[in-house]
Amino acid sequence: MTIELRLRIQDLNARYAQAIDDNKLEAWPDFFTENGRYRITTAENFERGLPLGMIHATSRAMLRDRVRSLRDANVYEAQRYRHLLGAPLVTPGAEGMVEAQTSFMVARVMHSGEIMLFATGRYHDRIVLDGGEARFAEKLVILDSRLIDTLLAIPL
Amino acid sequence: MTSAAASRHWPAEGLTRVPYWLYADGDIYEQEQARIFRGPTWNFLCLEAELTKPGSYRRSSLGAMPVVVTRDQDGALHAFENRCAHRGSLLVLDERGEARDIICVYHNWSYDLAGNLTGVAFRKGLGGKGGMPADCRPEAHGPRKLKLTTLAGLVFGTLAPDAPPLERYLGAEIVARIRRVMRAPVKLLGDYSQTLPSNWKLYMENVKDTYHASLLHTFFTTFRLNRLSQKGGVVVSDCGGHHVSYSLAADTGGREYEQAGMRAAQEGFGLEAPELLEAVDEFGDGIGLQILSVFPTFVLQQTRNSLAVRRLVPQGLDRTELVWTCFGFEGDDDAMTERRLRQANLIGPAGYISMEDGAAPGFVQRATATADDLVSVVEMGGGSTASADNRVTEAAVRGFWKAYRGYMGI
Repeated sequence: MTIELRLRIQDLNARYAQAIDDNKLEAWPDFFTENGRYRITTAENFERGLPLGMIHATSRAMLRDRVRSLRDANVYEAQRYRHLLGAPLVTPGAEGMVEAQTSFMVARVMHSGEIMLFATGRYHDRIVLDGGEARFAEKLVILDSRLIDTLLAIPL
Repeated sequence: MTSAAASRHWPAEGLTRVPYWLYADGDIYEQEQARIFRGPTWNFLCLEAELTKPGSYRRSSLGAMPVVVTRDQDGALHAFENRCAHRGSLLVLDERGEARDIICVYHNWSYDLAGNLTGVAFRKGLGGKGGMPADCRPEAHGPRKLKLTTLAGLVFGTLAPDAPPLERYLGAEIVARIRRVMRAPVKLLGDYSQTLPSNWKLYMENVKDTYHASLLHTFFTTFRLNRLSQKGGVVVSDCGGHHVSYSLAADTGGREYEQAGMRAAQEGFGLEAPELLEAVDEFGDGIGLQILSVFPTFVLQQTRNSLAVRRLVPQGLDRTELVWTCFGFEGDDDAMTERRLRQANLIGPAGYISMEDGAAPGFVQRATATADDLVSVVEMGGGSTASADNRVTEAAVRGFWKAYRGYMGI
């Protein structure tokens, strides 16, 4: 693994988190390949080999649907996230892809000013380096806790 | 009747008015634990499929009371309070696991999988010194044991020896609707929890409130999953405490929402990936949605092919854990499992149609905290608690309060 490759993954992670934290959700699906998978599960389910996710998307189109639903259909109090990401652990993957594991912590800030540590966990990512652009072929979000406070609207 | 209930009076209008002090009074909360959860009600504990192996256990709860459910070496199910006879420590700390016996970590007192005390460390002392007097009977202080009944793979428990048999408690109509969903051996898909910032009763009212579904959850209506104009209805048990609401999968094409110009109806709003909602009529009756509740805190949900049980754990006046366990059936092929997982996008804390339910009870909790002497108005569909062939009614909510008042004596 070259330093340049690590920097590209780190950059991908940073841009991904920034898009969410800056409320640019419309840009979020573009971090994935056309058939990219995005799932949020818990460490308990992951370790027990159970497939259930809180979000289970298998294409960029499904992610775009989620963004539209969050914008136009779902009702939730105004809130924002702040992601803090650890250094990605980068390894070569199958089919020329790169695998990366990255720890995250997400604070949730409500319109009222209330701030809480909302989620901690790790990303298990499979990344395609397609020409100049790095994209997620799969992003598995493994939450350390099984508990979500109130609801999970904005993606992690 | 104890002091709190005696000093609280239900409004003269009856079940169409619900006083807000019910969500804010600590004495009421304590009485609910004693009269409802530890009283003659049947409480859902877990799925049998969570305890397939002999020697397996799972933590659960009876209201706020911590409980352990076990399957012994002979295959029999047991449940008992998760509390040591000695100093009252939790006996089991892990959510689930396997064990030959249960040993309290504090002083190593041991129990069999039925919750019987089988060993007291150093009971006879050490080297002739110390130990417990011969006439001491610590067995008399053992964890309280629950009576169990399983129904179609669901494990229910009660502490009350005088509780009616489960099927009589539920009534034939509710039993039939449970069997409809639990049609085959269960395959677990996984679980997760939500912390609800509200009293447990506000969530149960939300579950039984067929009126809100298409108004709060605009994803539902936008994609014609559930409109009040869709054919369906609500069944309320005779006791009031249990309910089923259901609707057919097909839409009748009514335009009541559009004509009313409501937020829910946004013309031209279609899914880019409609496979999310691709469903099969696995029950063969055309019913696309069935939400069933059992008093006090159990929910069995069929949203198309997404199946789940939900269990509430009260954690104080304004805090409740909502535990979801999603499942399919052993005979499911890969395509069916994928379908269930895809449709699980509709439910849970991030669910397109259920995320609002995590928040709405909290909105009531926050707004009514300073309205202790005021009441809510529950008069859609009149004042009755009878079953209805439409869902523009709050009959099941009134039914909940009918049952609640009976147990609480208020």
